[in-house]
This record gives sequence, structure tokens and C-alpha cells, in this order.
Amino acid sequence: MRRAAALLALWGAMPAMAQTALPPLAYTQLRDPEQERQARALMETLRCLVCQGQSIADSDADMAGEMRALVRQRVAAGETPRAVRDWLIARYGDYVSYDPPVSRATLPLWLAPLLLLAIGVVVARGSFRRRRRWR
Amino acid sequence: MTAETGLVALWLAAALALAQLVLGALALKNGADAARAAPTVRAVATVQGALALAAMAALIAAFLASDMSVALVAANSHSMKPTLYKFAGAWGNHEGSMLLWVTILGLAGAAVARLEHRLRADTLVATLAAQAAIALGFYAFLLFASNPFARLDPAPADGAGLNPLLQDPGLAFHPPTLYAGYVGLSVAFSFAVGALVTRDVGAAFARAMRPWVLGAWIFLTLGITAGSYWAYYELGWGGWWFWDPVENASLMPWLAATALLHSVSVLATRDGLRAWTVMLAVVAFSMSMIGTFLVRSGILTSVHAFAVDPRRGAFILALLVIYIGGALLLFGLRIGTVRQGKLFEGVSREGALVANNLLLTVILGIVLIGTFYPIVAAAMGVQLSVGPPFFDSTAGPVALLLVAVLAAGPVMRWRRDDPGEVAQRLFPAIAATLFAGVGTFVLGGPIAPLPLLGIALGVGLAVASVAPLAKRNLRRAPLQLWGMVVAHLGVAVSLIGMAASTAYTQERLVAVGTGDPARVAGFTVRLEGVRPLVGDNWTALEGHLNVTLDDEAIAVLRPQVRYFTTPVTTTNESAILTRWDGQLYAVLGTLGEDGRWQLRLWWKPMVTLIWFGGFLIALGGALALVGHQWRLWQQRRRADAVAETAAWSAA
Repeated sequence: MRRAAALLALWGAMPAMAQTALPPLAYTQLRDPEQERQARALMETLRCLVCQGQSIADSDADMAGEMRALVRQRVAAGETPRAVRDWLIARYGDYVSYDPPVSRATLPLWLAPLLLLAIGVVVARGSFRRRRRWR
Repeated sequence: MTAETGLVALWLAAALALAQLVLGALALKNGADAARAAPTVRAVATVQGALALAAMAALIAAFLASDMSVALVAANSHSMKPTLYKFAGAWGNHEGSMLLWVTILGLAGAAVARLEHRLRADTLVATLAAQAAIALGFYAFLLFASNPFARLDPAPADGAGLNPLLQDPGLAFHPPTLYAGYVGLSVAFSFAVGALVTRDVGAAFARAMRPWVLGAWIFLTLGITAGSYWAYYELGWGGWWFWDPVENASLMPWLAATALLHSVSVLATRDGLRAWTVMLAVVAFSMSMIGTFLVRSGILTSVHAFAVDPRRGAFILALLVIYIGGALLLFGLRIGTVRQGKLFEGVSREGALVANNLLLTVILGIVLIGTFYPIVAAAMGVQLSVGPPFFDSTAGPVALLLVAVLAAGPVMRWRRDDPGEVAQRLFPAIAATLFAGVGTFVLGGPIAPLPLLGIALGVGLAVASVAPLAKRNLRRAPLQLWGMVVAHLGVAVSLIGMAASTAYTQERLVAVGTGDPARVAGFTVRLEGVRPLVGDNWTALEGHLNVTLDDEAIAVLRPQVRYFTTPVTTTNESAILTRWDGQLYAVLGTLGEDGRWQLRLWWKPMVTLIWFGGFLIALGGALALVGHQWRLWQQRRRADAVAETAAWSAA
């Protein structure tokens, strides 16, 4: 009985519950596949600022939707993805980009993998050579 | 009363952990006492584990009974919730998940106390004392900073409910499995500390430690695989790995445990890599604790941050410093007394395993730095994000290098091998790599370099991974060998799935009216209608999608949008059609002003291979575990038979 009542109430509320005021490009693709591919690749590197560790390419938050629409509009208008990204960074700061731009603050981050690999190679080679001499 | 019983059990368990630590330490002061103290310490550890389990059971009982006078139940449960989520909801929150953590810690200690008979008596006592020391810290954390049994007066009429994203069968399986893996590594840590204390690092110690490492690693592998699939279908965008800090927190112990698993084999088989193995055991559990710290401290934002509190973070941070710092100090003091293990050449099985260890450690370092860099930068006033583009472009190539080593290692001989002969043995794999690479590039359409290499190396590895079985009588090949082959094949399968689904996923985001077709990757999807639906504690809108392929109806997909009221949340329940070559993934969006529904469709080729591969990796681990135990059992039986014959002839 309770279920039936809830179902009835739901019929009435259905359109209101499901509606959105987001621009269509938040949830639809660009017609040009190449532009859509570029926009999609860019969206995957942009952080949804109100979410918890998600990119705007996979978030249901309204803000992520607005940012997706903005990226698609700008790419469709002929801007390069790099220009769109720079515009967003100028507006929201480096925090918005999951791909940290190389700067003085991020140089250690980008060098770390190479450094770790170099240390690994030195450790491995050093130990093998030493071992061979001992034999 | 249940809550008070649980609290008493928790206090008693803490007291026994203290007793276990003190008894063990006293016994170790005089080496001769250790053998006499061992049975007592074993008994204490067993009861301590049982008491922790009783506390967990009491909390689950409070959740099942929807006892809203318990603050934790009121804050995280609701009487209308399905029973499964009342049960699993016991650990879907901070206090409960920490209690689950120490319960598994106590049970792991009890398992060591009951089952471990190979370890020297003094090392066993030291190991159980170390395990008790860890448990004591986390009992204190629960009792003083995160009491799961605190009462509310007056009790509210009903609870606030569980985060709907967590209301999924995955919650019953993913956290306990992952925690069993995390905390199972505490045994490796305690073994290492114990062996350092009693100066017992050697092949026999490694053989005793190996099954525990394998067990933890199997759980960790299953937990990560299950978590990945859960995120994939629940979050509604088809992503299976986000390089989210909490995912990284589970990946780091896995990387360390994988390295440990291989170095412990070198130690057990060849008595080499002694110091390195001990170090890895310390690092692996440290990564588990850092993982706990990451999730529970609130210093990182993540989909898993369902209960965050910086003060608790400070408590866990202090525990972390004590345990990791203490272990490293002990390592520094004692490692000089650990003799260098056996030596070997660069081109040998050991050499490949050293390369495996170094590359896994490099990946671990990259993930660790990438995860913590934003926190360090924020402390210095710079706000930045480190995400998938960084990890893909740095850890990705190193992982592919690791795959190449992984293909070569198992066909190499121990101690010394000839590079030319190794290349010869690898010829089929190299040919398969080139064939798959060229084939994919020519026939598969545009593809980025990393996925292309992934597919090529994945196929090569698949061929190489079965090479150790070549020219062997398959029925007589030991189970451990089968385990290695299956696990390595799993890596290949998973890699192919990751690379292929990344490269060839097709996406279709459309707004459709009833009856309008939407096309993706040869499938035609028609929205026949949307109807409302009522569940236990949610209402939903369900789309009815007819899927046709080549004008033939092949399936009906029913994606839902669910509306929860306690707390108010909307979740997408994706509908997935699994075919042999991939999955069709459908999500129902919202209704536009023009009366059309948004629909998100993806064709994800080979995507199921990712989790199937993960399952194979865990299965390989299980085969190896059974194989090692089986051989041990046979050896013991043979030794008994010999002893019996000797006794007989003496009589």
C-alpha cells in the first residue's frame, strides 16, 4: 500500500525530479568528431572543482556539466584545447588542471620519476658489478 | 547492552594485547625463556583475536537491530535500509571501518599463533609481540578517539542513513577483502621485526613468511579488482581507475607486496636479498598504514572520504611515526648483523627479480610522490592537482618496462644464464609482440603510443607467461609453477583489457525522444519509455532501452536514476550488456526542456578483461599458496614415515 502511494506521488513529480537547467553541450557531443575528441581529451585533464577527486569528464555535478559545456563551446568556436586550458587556469588557478604545468613549483614532481629510475639503475648495476668482482 | 558488551570486549582485547607485548618482551630478554613462553603468548594472541571479533560482532548486531541509541548507528544507518546494507553499513563509516581494521589485525595475529609452526620459537614470540604492539596502538585509537559504541541520549527516532553510493553489494565485499590484504601485511611486518630482533633473517624465515605474504597479497588483489569494477558500474561514467588518492592508497601496498612476494621467493629459494626483503616487508605494511591515514585523516579529498576528522588524523599520524620510525630504526641498528645473502649474476632469474623489485619500487615512488605532492605544495602555498595525465605518462612507461622484464624473468635460470639462450627462449613472445603491435597499428585505426605498446606487450607477455610450461609434463608440473603462469597470464590479460578499452572506447552522448534511435559502435539503442519505480529506501526512474545489432533485437537495458531521501542523493544505476568482446554501457540522464531524455552510451571493447585478469592474478596466488602448503605437507609426511621406519627397525 505504501509502495503504491509512493509510486503515485512519483508519477506526478517525475518531470520535476528529472529536469535540468544545464546547457545541452554538458551532456551532448559536438558534431565534428575531431573537435569532440579534442574536447574530450581536455575534459579528462580538468578537475571538477566541487567534486572529490573526479575529472569533469566523469562527474554528475552541475559545475562539471557547465565546464564541459564551456569546453565544448570554445573548442567548437575554433579555440585550441591549449588556449581553453590556459583560460581556465587563468580563471581558477593551477588547481583546475590534473596535468600540472611545468613550473618552478612542479619541477621536482616531473623530475622525480626520472630520478627514481636513475637511482634504480645505479643501485642495480652497482650491486651486480660488485657481486661479479666478489666471485 | 550489545554496545556495552562490544566496548568491554574491545577493552579486554586491548589489555590482552598489552599482556602479549609485555610477556613477549620479557621472554625475549632471556632467550631460553622464549620456548617456554611461546604457548602462553600463542594463547593470549588467540583470545585477543576472538575478543576483537566479538566487538565487531556486537557492532554488527547494533546495526542489524537499528539501535539508534548508539551514536554511530544513528549517524550512519536507517531502519528502512535493506538488511544487507545494515550489516555491511557497520563498516561503511569511520569508526566501524577502523574496528574492522583492528579486528582483522587481531584475527591475523590469532592465525599466526594457531597456524605458524615453522618459525623458531623466539622469532615467533617476537613476531607476536610486534603484532600486539601494532594492535595496541590501534585499540588506543579506537577507544580514545573513535569509540564506535558511544551512546546517544536521547536516542533519535531514526537514523541519518548511509551514503547511497555505498548502498551496493560491493560494500559487503570490497572493504573486508581490501582490509584483509592491508592488515594481512601487518604479519609480514611483524615477521620482519621479529626476525630482526632475534637475528633470524634467512631462507627458513622466508619460507615461513611466504604463505602469509601470499595470502595478504591475494586479498589485496581481489579487493582492488572488486573496487575497480564497483567504481566502474556505480559512478556512471565508465571509468575503472581514476588515480584517486584512495585508489592510490590501495595500489601502493599492492606494489610493495608484489615486490615483497618476489623477493621473499629469492630469499626462500636462493637465500639472497636478505636485507632487501626485510626492508620491503616494513615498507609494505607502512604503505598500508599510510593508506589508512590517507583515507581516515581528511587531508585528501576523495570519493571515499565519508568520515573525515583532522584530529583523528593527528592520532594516526603519531601511530605511523612510531611504528614506521621504530621499524626503520630497528632495521638500521640490526641490518649490519644480517649477513649478505648468496650472490648472483646480472643475467639470471635473481637478476630479473631484482629488476622487477626495482621497477615496482620506482612505480611505488612515483605514485607516492604524485599522491602527496599536492599536500606538500599546498603547505607551501601553491594549489595544484596531480591526476591521471601525470600518472599515465610517468608510471605507464615504467609499468610497460616491468612487463618486458616480467616476460623474460620466468624463462631464465637461477644464478647464471646466457643472454643469447634467453633471447632464443623468448623468440615466440618477441614475435607475438611485433605481430600484435604491427597488426594493431595497421588494422585498428588511430591509436596513442602507450595503448599500442600495451596491446603489443600484453600479447607478448601472454605468450611468454606460458613458456615455463613448455616441454614439461603438465600433470607433473608443480602447482606453484601453475600459480606463477596463471598470475603472469592475468597481468597480460588485464593489460590488454586496459589498453584496448582505453584506445577503442566509443562514446555517444545524446538527447533522445521516445522511439528515437541512438547509435554507437554498430549497436542501435532505442528509448521505449521511462517509468517510475519504488525500492526499499529509494524511488527511481527506469529507462527501457531496446538494443539492436544488425536489425536483430539482442537485449533490453534498464538503466535507473535513483533518488534517495536519507540522505538526499541521486545515483545513476548504469545498465551493462556484456558480450564476449566488450561491454555496452548505458546511463539514463535527465529530462531536457524539449521533452527529450539524455542518454549516455559507451561501447567498451575488451574492458571485462581488466577484471578477469585481476581475478586470474589472485587465482595464481591461490594456486601458489596451495602448492607450497601441499609440498610442505608431503615433506612432513615423508619425514614422519622415515622416522616411523627408523623407530620400527630400532625396535
